Amino acid sequence: MKEQLYKYILGIADNSLILGQRMGELCGHGPSLETDIACTNISLDLFGQVRSYYQYAAKIAGDNRTEDDIAMLRKEREYVNVLLVEQPNTDFAYIMARHFLFDMYHYMFLQELQKSQDLTLSAIATKSIKEVSYHLRFSSDWIKRLGDGTEESHSRIKNSIDDLWTYTDELFHLTDADKVMVNEGVGVDVTKLKDTYYTKVSEILQEATLEVPESKYFQKGGKQGIHTEHLGYLLAELQYMQRAYPNMEW
Amino acid sequence: MSEEQIKNLEEQFEARIVRDDKIEPKDWMPEKYRQTHIRQISQHAHSEIVGMLPEGNWITRAPSLRRKVALLAKVQDEGGHGLYLYSAAETLGISRDEMFEQLHSGKAKYSSIFNYPALTWADMGAIGWLVDGAAIINQVALCGTSYGPYARAMVRICKEESFHQRQGYEIMLKLSEGAQEQKDMAQDALNRFWWPSLMMFGPKDDESPHTAQSMKWKLKRKTNDDLRQQFIDQTVPQAELIGLTIPDPDLKWNEEKKGYDFGPIDWDEFWQVVKGHGPCNKERMKARVNAWEEGTWVRDAAMSYAEKQQKRKEKQAV
Repeated sequence: MKEQLYKYILGIADNSLILGQRMGELCGHGPSLETDIACTNISLDLFGQVRSYYQYAAKIAGDNRTEDDIAMLRKEREYVNVLLVEQPNTDFAYIMARHFLFDMYHYMFLQELQKSQDLTLSAIATKSIKEVSYHLRFSSDWIKRLGDGTEESHSRIKNSIDDLWTYTDELFHLTDADKVMVNEGVGVDVTKLKDTYYTKVSEILQEATLEVPESKYFQKGGKQGIHTEHLGYLLAELQYMQRAYPNMEW
Repeated sequence: MSEEQIKNLEEQFEARIVRDDKIEPKDWMPEKYRQTHIRQISQHAHSEIVGMLPEGNWITRAPSLRRKVALLAKVQDEGGHGLYLYSAAETLGISRDEMFEQLHSGKAKYSSIFNYPALTWADMGAIGWLVDGAAIINQVALCGTSYGPYARAMVRICKEESFHQRQGYEIMLKLSEGAQEQKDMAQDALNRFWWPSLMMFGPKDDESPHTAQSMKWKLKRKTNDDLRQQFIDQTVPQAELIGLTIPDPDLKWNEEKKGYDFGPIDWDEFWQVVKGHGPCNKERMKARVNAWEEGTWVRDAAMSYAEKQQKRKEKQAV
């Protein structure tokens, strides 16, 4: 049970870690000062959530490991984030499409996690959902602006949604740890969120004058630690200091 | 307006400055006062946003989650400072786009310190401690400046900057308590950032072209040399406290002036960097220009969407 809970927490937290790291790459390079500040702020929220989850996971593990060990000293195959969040910052359309497709899931997930029997997880969810509702509003607004903006923005956001769509189905897969935690009343049964997710995403896409992609071919593997090639580079930066200067305090 | 009327207005204006009244956006002001303020406030705003780059460069590599969160918060504050300062400058009749244009064309300057590279994690400490420390000294002096919107922006900014400075010093403190490699990293960062930090106060008083007029208008309340001395006197004991050595063999306490004497500043280096030939001038500008140009389609989309929404609203109203 303890081991499954630990894995379950990582399954939630790794998504925020990797997406937070991606958003952190953008700092100072946004299309306007306001979006730059917003993306930094979103990254900050996600890392705040990551700290709460990993601190809890470290406590569950009960050895001497710390939040930083969990964040920065695992091997590539041990990260269990979904493939969607590790996709690169190709351009602002990809950044917003990735965010939107994740935020919608994240918001719905946290709504359910608030009901968890595990009081720590439910408290983290209650705190995080306020932040994530802002993230979702921000990314949904951008989907509409880009979709219903200019010809160029429409075509860019269309391509990015089409490309990233293949990573959405994985959000609703249950791992073994998930199943155990759902049975315990701790975890969220994400399979039940799927239909509503696609309905809500489709509503925003339609408002943005975008077509809902029809592709039925989906990628998976992140939850089992089988990632896209992008993750390795991201981890190389994330882990650099901890690897180059092991066992030091900062 | 007749010459006599202008002369009257100028006299009233000067009298208000002497009385320490704040000048507000709608008040009459001499054109040169307006232009000098646009130059200084926009330069200050540009420094905030260019300053996001050397630190932003370490966000993805911060050594712990706690440090990463603190660094993100700091860089976000800097973006926020940029926003209020651009808004303060806009009250003088220039648009943000025009200011960006001046930055990108090289017409407007920003603080030269950001043209030095941030090479190691200790540089995040040194930048917070020294660069924000020097900035606060400049900015506290500006809280009493005569132009109202600028003075008010400064009060708010100073509060956040002093937090950043403590955070930077705390990074250095932690390194100085750590392993030899960490101590060396901290000393190396101090060695590289010390002299450029002293240069942040600008040229010596007798070589500073704007000082006399700026002092008269209370845009500046203390001279460059006075502020530099204050910074040195404040910083030397802080370095000693954490076992770091200021890289200046001529540094010596002068009992008579109750301050430190210090060695010569390399003004050739200062002018080289100011004129655009520092280690990172080109990269910093390229990063800003790229962000702006690559963001054009996004800003155009937002504008076009807003116009469409407006039209829909008008149609509904009919």
